[in-house]
Amino acid sequence: MSAVLHLAAVSRVHGEGATEVHALRDVTFRAHPGELVAVMGPSGSGKSTLLTLAGGLDAPTTGSVWIEGTDLASLDQAGRARMRRTSVGYVFQDFNLIPALTAAENVALPRELDGEKGKVARRLALTALEEVGIAHLADRFPDEMSGGQQQRVAIARAIVGDRRLILADEPTGALDTDTGEEILQLLRARCDAGAAGVMVTHEARHAAWADRVVFLRDGVVVDETGADEPEALLAGEAGR
Amino acid sequence: MGAGMSIRQAMLAILERGPMYGYQLRAEFEQRTGETWPLNIGQVYTTLTRLERDGLVEVVGHGGADEGDRAADQAGSDRQHVSYRATEAGRSEVSAWFATPVPRTQPARDELAIKLAIAVTLPGVDVGTIIQRQRSATMASLQDYTRLKRTGRAATPEEPADLAWSLVLDSLVFDAEAEVRWLDHCEARLRRAALEPGRGAVRHESPAVTTAEEPVR
Ligand SMILES: Nc1ncnc2c1ncn2[C@@H]1O[C@H](COP(=O)(O)OP(=O)(O)OP(=O)(O)O)[C@@H](O)[C@H]1O
Ligand SMILES: [Mg+2]
Repeated sequence: MSAVLHLAAVSRVHGEGATEVHALRDVTFRAHPGELVAVMGPSGSGKSTLLTLAGGLDAPTTGSVWIEGTDLASLDQAGRARMRRTSVGYVFQDFNLIPALTAAENVALPRELDGEKGKVARRLALTALEEVGIAHLADRFPDEMSGGQQQRVAIARAIVGDRRLILADEPTGALDTDTGEEILQLLRARCDAGAAGVMVTHEARHAAWADRVVFLRDGVVVDETGADEPEALLAGEAGR
Repeated sequence: MGAGMSIRQAMLAILERGPMYGYQLRAEFEQRTGETWPLNIGQVYTTLTRLERDGLVEVVGHGGADEGDRAADQAGSDRQHVSYRATEAGRSEVSAWFATPVPRTQPARDELAIKLAIAVTLPGVDVGTIIQRQRSATMASLQDYTRLKRTGRAATPEEPADLAWSLVLDSLVFDAEAEVRWLDHCEARLRRAALEPGRGAVRHESPAVTTAEEPVR
């Protein structure tokens, strides 16, 4: 099984000269099918930068980003947008739902943008909403839902149409502990079903749901738990 | 640490339910605590012998039962045919145990806090690396506890012992989480101190006592 996501020696520099900020320095990172990886680190350590590069929302200064064997740099703007809609699900901390659309419409939107017929897109959306346990809220608008419910809609939107890579930036940030755990259960279930997941979190107890925890400091991966296991298993080597 | 004491009290409390052999007692204890604090059978019998000496338990019968035979096969000692029960004094000790909060006045000896305190004051010790290694190790334990919590009998408690174990796991989760937070806090403070020499900074030339502005725990 090859990695769904592969960041190869990626650096991201903002600005130039005196105002230069090295948000990420030479980071190599993989996420495999069935694997949930947590990214932890202090504010400003480069967690969101890593995620936006992984999702093709931003491009690295040096190095390359591969999703399911495709180098994002080899795609044009439209190709990257298509990749984002079909292969990558992105969950934002502030949900990022469109207020004028119902839950089902929010979830169906990426599929419709991808040319799916309205009816098919809605059916897929309802399936995704059912998976996150809120099929009964399909016709509500975001401001008629609690924070936890909105975050479920955001997750449904990220998984609709069976996307292989789920990226989540502080998906539990605005939620209380129990609701946060429910969101993690959803992400975990999705990864157990074969997707690769990368989740940024400040909470150790939430990171503990991951198979692997990566620690970032000043744009560098300084440590990780459970490192090398997928490769070691793959190559049939004995663990270190 | 008070672990020896609490195991003695816990065994006594379980014996309140009725007479038991040492092996039964150990199994009952571990069922409730999920083998988090494994007891060896020698420890169980030593504790029972002391409880008997103190008049808190008494011997009820010798031999016969299946458990006793198995115990005898495994350990080959006479006392393992014996089953024990709590005495009246034992019962009031259990009531007193439940009625009294566990004291917190004497902080539990915490090897990590001691290690960091010493490391910070000694020249040439890479405290940052100690913190990072510990954080990864503690995080890995937290991952293990979380895995246990979401699978197996703690995930869907069906009987009181499952719920008990699930609560023990929660306690381990809270502890590990607090430790990670404390490590993050130490790291941030050490970084700040390194940026502002003079304000309780870690100067390796002079391993002077650092002035803590707030209690560390
Ligand atoms: N567009 C930008 N222009 C300049 N600097 C930026 C830009 N985006 C991010 N940075 C800088 O890059 C570094 C990493 O930022 P990033 O958002 O990845 O941090 P983070 O780990 O997600 O932090 P937080 O926990 O606060 O969300 C920071 O120093 C930040 O100020
Ligand atoms: Mg961020």
